[in-house]
Amino acid sequence: MTALKLHNALETIWGRPRGWRGVLTNVNHSDLGLRFMIAASVYFAIGGVLAMLIRAQLSTPRAAFVGPEIYNQLFTMHGSLMMFMFAIPFFEGLAMYMLPKLLGSRDLAFPRLSAFGWWCYLFGGFILLGAMALGLAPDGGWFMYTPLASKTYTPGINADVWLLGITFVEISAVCAAIELTVSVLKLRAPGMSLMRMPIFAWYILVTAGMMVVGFPPLILASTLLEIERAFGWPFFDPERGGHPLLWQHLFWLFGHPEVYIIFLPAAGIVSTVLPVMVRHSLIGYGWIVGSILVLGFFSFGLWVHHMFATGIPHLALAFFSAASALVAVPTVVQIFGWLATMWAGRPMLWLPMLYIGGFFFIFLLGGLTGVMLAMVPLNWQVHDTAFVTAHLHYVLIGGFMFPMMAGIYYWLPRLTGRRSHPLLGRLGFWLVFAGFNVTFLVMHLTGLLGMPRRVYTYQPGLGWDWPNLVSSMGSFVMAIGFAVVVIDLGLAVLFGRRSSRNPWRAATLEWALPMPVPSYNLASLPHVETREPLDRGHALARSLAAGEGYLGRDREGLRETTGVEMVSGRLTEVVVLPGNSWLPIATAAATGCFFLALLVGLYWLAPVALVVVAALAWRWAAALGSDTDRGPLDAGRGAVAPPHHEAEEAPGWWGSVFTLTADATFLMSLLFGYAFLATVAPGWPPPEMARPSFAAAGIVLLAVLAAFLAEREGLAASRAAATARARAGYGLAATALGAAVLALLAFGWLGLPAPSGHAYGAVVWVLLGYGVVHGSIAMLMLAFVRHRLAAGYVSPARMLEPRVVRLWLRYTLAAMLLVLAAIGLPGAASWRW
Amino acid sequence: MSGDGDAGVGVAEDLLGMKRVEIRIAGPRLLAAAHRLAPAAIAAGLAAGLGGCAGPLSTLDPAGPAARSISVLMLVLLVLAALSFVVIFGLFLLALRRRRSRAVSQRLFLVGGGLVFPLVLLSVATIYGVVLGERIIGARERPALSIEARAERWHWQFTREGQGGSVTRRDILDVPAGRTVEIVVTSADVIHSFWVPRLAGKIDAIPGMRNRILIRADVPGRYGGVCAEFCGTGHAEMGFTLVAHDPEAWADLERGAAR
Ligand SMILES: [Cu+2]
Repeated sequence: MTALKLHNALETIWGRPRGWRGVLTNVNHSDLGLRFMIAASVYFAIGGVLAMLIRAQLSTPRAAFVGPEIYNQLFTMHGSLMMFMFAIPFFEGLAMYMLPKLLGSRDLAFPRLSAFGWWCYLFGGFILLGAMALGLAPDGGWFMYTPLASKTYTPGINADVWLLGITFVEISAVCAAIELTVSVLKLRAPGMSLMRMPIFAWYILVTAGMMVVGFPPLILASTLLEIERAFGWPFFDPERGGHPLLWQHLFWLFGHPEVYIIFLPAAGIVSTVLPVMVRHSLIGYGWIVGSILVLGFFSFGLWVHHMFATGIPHLALAFFSAASALVAVPTVVQIFGWLATMWAGRPMLWLPMLYIGGFFFIFLLGGLTGVMLAMVPLNWQVHDTAFVTAHLHYVLIGGFMFPMMAGIYYWLPRLTGRRSHPLLGRLGFWLVFAGFNVTFLVMHLTGLLGMPRRVYTYQPGLGWDWPNLVSSMGSFVMAIGFAVVVIDLGLAVLFGRRSSRNPWRAATLEWALPMPVPSYNLASLPHVETREPLDRGHALARSLAAGEGYLGRDREGLRETTGVEMVSGRLTEVVVLPGNSWLPIATAAATGCFFLALLVGLYWLAPVALVVVAALAWRWAAALGSDTDRGPLDAGRGAVAPPHHEAEEAPGWWGSVFTLTADATFLMSLLFGYAFLATVAPGWPPPEMARPSFAAAGIVLLAVLAAFLAEREGLAASRAAATARARAGYGLAATALGAAVLALLAFGWLGLPAPSGHAYGAVVWVLLGYGVVHGSIAMLMLAFVRHRLAAGYVSPARMLEPRVVRLWLRYTLAAMLLVLAAIGLPGAASWRW
Repeated sequence: MSGDGDAGVGVAEDLLGMKRVEIRIAGPRLLAAAHRLAPAAIAAGLAAGLGGCAGPLSTLDPAGPAARSISVLMLVLLVLAALSFVVIFGLFLLALRRRRSRAVSQRLFLVGGGLVFPLVLLSVATIYGVVLGERIIGARERPALSIEARAERWHWQFTREGQGGSVTRRDILDVPAGRTVEIVVTSADVIHSFWVPRLAGKIDAIPGMRNRILIRADVPGRYGGVCAEFCGTGHAEMGFTLVAHDPEAWADLERGAAR
């Protein structure tokens, strides 16, 4: 087949329909990645305008530009938009766009999930923007401390908008996290072992892994607070056994890793772009991989440093202080890796390098003030002042914006096929750089002079007048700088000089793609033997385009890409990806209805929406798989591999593993909250303990055991091709699980105190609810496998679906037992029949 | 709302008036104190050197032992940070001048620069911070005088048990100068934060909790205080004034309370 014929064949398979249908059903990672980046940039602009309004108000003392009601909405929305609607989605978009290209793959592991995440993000954003337009935007600060955000002190819908809107968007973030983790681990070009991956993939892997366990605590916190606001269950109310600090622990358990979740992808860009700019390959690759793994791990042990002034015992503070200081070490290792690379090479001051220089300058200062803030006594003084505002902008703008700008200019020829104007880009950089430092350097001093955060105005004579005026003037210079950057990028896209295919002479695979980027990325996939596969010029690109690599063919119109063994990168399977579909947008719309129903208080509508989501999820899963055994397929280059439904460790299996990891983190956070309240909150032990029923608990145990055994039988029978026996097993397992769910409900009904009286009752009911919801989901899955057995989608060779369901079932059973123990054990004395 | 706002403006103007008085009274005494304590001299030097750093709410113009020792810590950390910045950014700038590739010592950069350099500096800083924190928190100290600070949107109630029963004042916290006082901080509604920048760090006022902070003003005078934790629309106006009395005035006050 000639290169052109192959291109046309693949374009037919991977392309999207014309017009609106194409827009709404598209699952292509390049298109979705671009959409994420563009939408996130729009949110950056909106957040930036809010920042300008804030600076306008603070430029002079006693300014009457806005009152506190509006001002509180301004800074809350500024923070929330920048964190949740700009930083995270922008990096997700960039990762979605770039990863498959860097890894030599044709798409991400779960294309429909990318699209679902996109629609959730878009619809969630509409909720936030709509509320802002109506003047009902959240106004409790972007960390929404309780009890200020509780119903008593924020009676309006403002806080609900935050809790529900942000949670909706977080679903998108968790989807992206699972998607990216599995894609890095499984969907690479054959031969690309972990240690041959481009360094950016390592950063994304660690970041995505952190998101899998970082977001559930916040989702839990939002869920609990929304339940408290809607139904009066007192998780955070100290009068009724709750504790305001529970919110802070859960929030910062997410919030601190969040800082690294934002920083790491940006550092990944530095590690990718800097070596190209200095004409030397990255020094200390292994060191950097090690340091980001350490960073990802330890970033979960520092959250208390946001709470040094809350009255936690000093011994604990000392521990978290030391941990917060130590976490700087892996970052310094990276910095010295970059410096070593620079010293070994010949740095070129091209525009991306200029932004990396800006990153070094600003991020370094932000990191150093971060170390200062980690020292408890100093923290007591400057916490909650403008000093912290300055610090966090140094970290986030220095540690995220500047590397991202370096990345945008670096990949601009890849994204658009064009190059930007050399002078305009530099002018934009210097305006942003100068404006930023004028704004925020002096803000450290404003904080040291005693100005608290989040005040809508201040009195003259406190020494705060001139620094605030300087900050405001600097911020307008910065805004002009961003406007210049936007103009420069716009001009480049419209009129820029055409770029050659690999203008920076980089060595990673994304530069092997033709321009414009085809929907299928690469006509055939390379065999990767070094960390810099593109070293040999254009020969590789040409041979791939001619179909000489893996999967350079049209096999029955299927979307195929290579799946590899995680560590070695050995080809293990041909992954068949799903095509364009209405399901993502429909499911996101149904999910949106669920959140909107809760937001406006139509509580009867919420379960209806959930039923629709479940039905769509069924169809979602049913659209996958194969009803025939195909055996090993010709994968090109003389290699053979089975399709993924017949492989041992298909992406779907790993996707479930990471979804359940997120789920388990949610449960662990809930148990942490339970233990925290029991030990710290006033009003414990509760006046009324559970009086668990032996009978109900016994039925739960028996039903759990029956479900376990029946599923075991069902899977064994599937493996032995005994379809009737397998169906009976799955049917029995589903029935037993249904009985377990009912018995669990009865257990709650008979023995648990009312949820609204005391935090104890509220927590045990939420635990019970967790068991019931998971039992119901697993029941649906068992029924699904039973159905698939009948339809011929399961065979001894195609065991993926039964194995995935086993994973979910066993997790569910364990969770149910854990829930039972967590409720029953503390009140061991009060059991009854 | 408007009433609260007016109270806030009043307090702030108090501060404004106080600033002039303060400089006259406190200046020489501060200097004397600085002579006694070498580190304090550095802090005072910093305050004098920066000129504009004196302000009614300035942490750089400390007037009590806690705030003073923290300002010294802050200065030390600032020096360490500046040195680190010069080293690292200097290496970055120097690297830009290189015109041809040559081998570098990976060990020097990654082990020396990446591990040893930060570990040494961070250990010094952390140990300093922890020891100082332990001293400031004064876990074993039991001052004779304890005052309850109760935050409520958007003002403060300070209650002191005197000989003749308890005395409560709104937005005015009376303390004796030169003595360590324990402030027990709590809240009636949402989370606030008690902060007198010139005297000590802040401590949150959390409903359901009774947090404690030790505070001492070395010399008599009026010191501004603010609520540092965002608490709603009146947050900006939730200031208060700490009045440190000399021994005679304090004795008068105590007697007045008894009567
Ligand atoms: Cu307050």
